[in-house]
Amino acid sequence: MADAVVSAALLDDAIASAESPARRALRRLVRRKGAMLGLAVIALFVAVAIFAPLVAMQDPTAQSWTSVRKPPSALHLLGTDDVGRDILARIIFGARASLLAGVISVAIALAIGVPLGLMAGYVGGFLDAVIGRLTDAMLAIPFLILAVALAAFLGPSLHNAMVAIGITTTPIFVRLTRGQVMAVKAEDYVEAARAVGNPPWRVVLVHILPNILPPLMVQASLSIAAAIIAEAALSFLGLGQQPPEPSWGSMLNAAQRFLGSAPWMAVWPGLAIFLTVLSFNLLGDGLRDAFDPRER
Amino acid sequence: MLSFLARRLLQLVPTLFFVSVIIFSLQQLLPGDPALVMAGEERDPEVIEQIRKQYRLDQPLPVQYVYWVKGVLSGDLGESMRIKVKVRDLVAEKFPVTLQLAVMAMVIALSIGITAGVLAAVLRDSVWDYAANVFALWGRSTPTFWLGIMLIFLFSVELGWLPASGYVRPSEDFWGSIASTIMPAFVLGNVGAAVLMRHTRGAMLDALQSDYVRTARAKGLFERTVVLKHAMRNALTPVITLGALELGELLSGAVLTEQIFSIPGFGKLIVDSVFNRDYAVVQGVVLVTATVYIALNLIADIAYVVVNPRLRS
Repeated sequence: MADAVVSAALLDDAIASAESPARRALRRLVRRKGAMLGLAVIALFVAVAIFAPLVAMQDPTAQSWTSVRKPPSALHLLGTDDVGRDILARIIFGARASLLAGVISVAIALAIGVPLGLMAGYVGGFLDAVIGRLTDAMLAIPFLILAVALAAFLGPSLHNAMVAIGITTTPIFVRLTRGQVMAVKAEDYVEAARAVGNPPWRVVLVHILPNILPPLMVQASLSIAAAIIAEAALSFLGLGQQPPEPSWGSMLNAAQRFLGSAPWMAVWPGLAIFLTVLSFNLLGDGLRDAFDPRER
Repeated sequence: MLSFLARRLLQLVPTLFFVSVIIFSLQQLLPGDPALVMAGEERDPEVIEQIRKQYRLDQPLPVQYVYWVKGVLSGDLGESMRIKVKVRDLVAEKFPVTLQLAVMAMVIALSIGITAGVLAAVLRDSVWDYAANVFALWGRSTPTFWLGIMLIFLFSVELGWLPASGYVRPSEDFWGSIASTIMPAFVLGNVGAAVLMRHTRGAMLDALQSDYVRTARAKGLFERTVVLKHAMRNALTPVITLGALELGELLSGAVLTEQIFSIPGFGKLIVDSVFNRDYAVVQGVVLVTATVYIALNLIADIAYVVVNPRLRS
């Protein structure tokens, strides 16, 4: 019996050592219930956002003065808002703004932050010092204050809110990428890539970048969660999605005035933000554990 | 210690330079002619020309920057275009309100975060640990503005226990001031509590597995003494640093919290200024916030060295 257990453990070890790091990480990720639950909820929200016109039974911008602030019913499953619009339809279409803002602003941050971090970490010297100080300066301005200031100067719109959140998130990726490059560039395989005459851009893109992707993926997932909250916050303040287009943040703003008479106006959009952000956080935590070598 | 302090202060110079460049550059993001945008509805060419002259918009950018920095260094952050009050005076008026809110939020964050973190580590894998982790995840995922609205619904609309909005100065009515700020302070401290809980738990778990704690247990000390005197004292060192940084984050959170609870502090000032197109005030508030944040970072670094004897040498 004991021999069988030992053999099974050895077999597991043999399988584990034979598979690629990506496959191993995926296997560990699948085992994490929280991460899988998060992924399922994200998939649901993405599907709802893509197929919004098919899923929503009502027009999210159609006003009706005969059904102002109606509580949840068979006709309006989550009730109606202060101008009689269907809250469920607005939440379904609002998912587009939130998910788009989350993904695009993090894509902007990755597109600017990763190249700058790669350059700072690999080239070093004066370039590293300048990029490093600029990153410090951006991180010295609290996240939301910088995002509000940028959105204010750029002008209120969903597009500008995404740019503002993207720029504000960039220094996190610069710092993370730089740190990872510094750790990896002294590795033997990078030295070997240099020794055989690869140009610096090839060493960085082909040999370093693929090896620093896991922490970037973890950070991207957590940053999408933060960006969704930031977009909702900017829309809540009136600096993001503009009316009458639906957004979870602006729905909460309108709900504030009718807490006594129509609390459902505040409950559902807030719950939608909470569930989406929670799901990205669960996925981010799961990815971090899956990529962590100590978890073997 | 002195050389560390000098080195750390020297490092601040380029950071502050870049912060000033970023904040100055914000004005360049305004679409079209900044003078026209700042004038808002006003279309009188004389007024627009006056704005151009007042803000030196007719001069090259580097010259504008030098004048702006000169003003900032002499304490002149400009003037509110709407209410014609010096930005410096506005900041001086609003800052104590936000500071009161931030300090109350910090007390809440530290009390909940450290207690839950220590309990979770000591009772690892128990129901308490599980509950504390759920709380941390909830804290990170709940939008502060939603939590604020829900608390107003519960404690003001339904129960009528606390005022939904407004602010009372402690000098006018101490308990009234606490009542008007306790809900926003809780909302603000909630995220900080979640962050502090995670870090305290991690630091305590490391400390509880260390050799000196094992030695303390081997000597036959009570578990309470081991936890409170040996493990916690060492584990809380990095948490002090984090606490100082979290105080800076609270300034950021105040933007939303003050808006929801109509508290006339720093956060409300920046949002109101955004909608009044009072860009000098926006720049001034961002600059002061960044300076406070940098100062807190510096204090956190110094505190870390002071409480950690190994770093002092």
